[in-house]
Amino acid sequence: MTLVIQFSYFAAALLFILGLKAMASPLTARKGIIWAGVGMVIATVATFFEPVIVGTTNYVLILLAIAIGGAFAYVTAKKVAMTDMPQMVAIYNGLGGGSAGLIAAVSLAKAQRELHTVAQDEAAAVAASHNLPMDAALRLVDAGSIGAWMGIDVAILALLGAVIGTVAFSGSVIAWAKLDGRMKRNKLVSGHQWVNIALAIATVLLGIWVFFAGTGWPIFLFFVAAFLVGIFVTTPIGGADMPVVISLLNALTGLAVGFKGYVLGNPALIIAGIVVGAAGMLLTHLMAKAMNRPITNVLFSGFGASPDAGGEGPEGEMKEVGPDDAAYMMGFAEKVIIVPGYGMAVAQAQHKVWEMVELLEEQGVEVKFAIHPVAGRMPGHMNVLLAEAGVPYDKIFDMEEINAEFASTDVVLIIGANDVVNPAAKTDESSPIYGMPILDVDEADNVLVVKRGRGAGFSGVENHLFFDEKTRMVFGDAQKVVNGMIQTVKTM
Amino acid sequence: MIEGMTGVIAIYVFMLSAVAGYEVISRVPVILHTPLMSGSNFVHGIVVVGAMAALGMAQTPLEQALGFLAVLLGAGNAVGGYVVTERMLEMFKTSDKDKKQGAK
Repeated sequence: MTLVIQFSYFAAALLFILGLKAMASPLTARKGIIWAGVGMVIATVATFFEPVIVGTTNYVLILLAIAIGGAFAYVTAKKVAMTDMPQMVAIYNGLGGGSAGLIAAVSLAKAQRELHTVAQDEAAAVAASHNLPMDAALRLVDAGSIGAWMGIDVAILALLGAVIGTVAFSGSVIAWAKLDGRMKRNKLVSGHQWVNIALAIATVLLGIWVFFAGTGWPIFLFFVAAFLVGIFVTTPIGGADMPVVISLLNALTGLAVGFKGYVLGNPALIIAGIVVGAAGMLLTHLMAKAMNRPITNVLFSGFGASPDAGGEGPEGEMKEVGPDDAAYMMGFAEKVIIVPGYGMAVAQAQHKVWEMVELLEEQGVEVKFAIHPVAGRMPGHMNVLLAEAGVPYDKIFDMEEINAEFASTDVVLIIGANDVVNPAAKTDESSPIYGMPILDVDEADNVLVVKRGRGAGFSGVENHLFFDEKTRMVFGDAQKVVNGMIQTVKTM
Repeated sequence: MIEGMTGVIAIYVFMLSAVAGYEVISRVPVILHTPLMSGSNFVHGIVVVGAMAALGMAQTPLEQALGFLAVLLGAGNAVGGYVVTERMLEMFKTSDKDKKQGAK
């Protein structure tokens, strides 16, 4: 039986790796998640036959917990809108981290209980042989430490997993609350940086205390401190840095799960956890690089935290046109590139945009979509939104693939994007976004910008491109504006 | 540490898993970053298996309560992660595949 269980874990680990590999290409992606799903089912079913699981009550509790947790997650995951995906990814990640933290809590509580029993037995023996009262005997007995009882390596991994998992849990909850618009504040106390450092040190010290302790209190305080670290580290982070943080928390949960695998002696947990941990670290790095922000900047200085953006005020004025004029420009062009941004996502305009593109293509216009790595709220989130509207993925291009094409493009239509097309990132060293790679929209012959108002973008930086000679502004809600364009294109 | 697994082997497993994770992601197009992040999020839902073992070993009400919560959260991670990833990946299709199978 043990062999069958072990083989099931092996099969699950293999399916996870193959599944993730398949998910790395749009053609095989769906197969990938199904393989990984099969692996998960195999591993879960096999675990029911684990000899370590004892007692009918425990079996009932396991089934009950899976039913409740699974059903709740299923319903919420089915209901959520595509635009709200990032915060859902954050919250499900947080659940995994919390689970890893709680597993550590169980093993630490178990070690503590066993130590207590051993001490009681020894004290009883001493009390009997020396004719002492029990409480005096207890004082004579060395209770031993959790670290020695669990084994030094296992104890350290259990404690590490506990910290990482708990931080991932509370951090993810904050990330979810922020992305969901439930939490706006970026500051909990003054001197945030110092509080973070103090909490981190406290967590480490409490961890060491737990290691050498034989009682329960340090364990509780240790988890409280780790929980607070997650909250305090995540709170100051906002906006475009959020996806990087979610990716980092995702990697951390993977790592915590891997460490739990060592503690529980389960290779499926080790392999799946470490694979996700490594993949997540790389993904985090790629995202941070796409914004040209070192990960330390993301963690220790909020984007929104620098209120006054540098750079001198724009010269010239914005030239406004109506949706109909804009539609004519595109209808008579040979090649149009659309740059969607968060503004399009908020207005839920992606379906309308695709409808317009289909009409333009009937007119013989070549249309492509250009996606900046940080468009939307997560890398790839914009692609998901476009895919939801039915845009085939081979019409969607990464920044690196399409940047050279702007020079040969007649019209670029920017919908609700600002910072990702701001030439200041290339030219103005005083700008906070200086150095961030951008879409070279300014090289096209004409630029159309759909925007709700005249305000600056997310980073608070004015965009000189909007005041340029070849730029025309179409003010209004993206959904309404594009609808207007569709009506005009239909009449052409 | 792990029955039948010496410290050195444990480090090998760690290293090889890390390399596998790195390789899987290193050449991913940006358009798949979010689904892939969600997919890897689903994979660490395997934590539910560890939570089941932890709850299975529990002997006191405190341990059972903690273990119960661990399984509950782990199951939420796995199921939620799977459903959102599946929903996102469902949307990818090519334009030359114009057979319109259940087109939206």
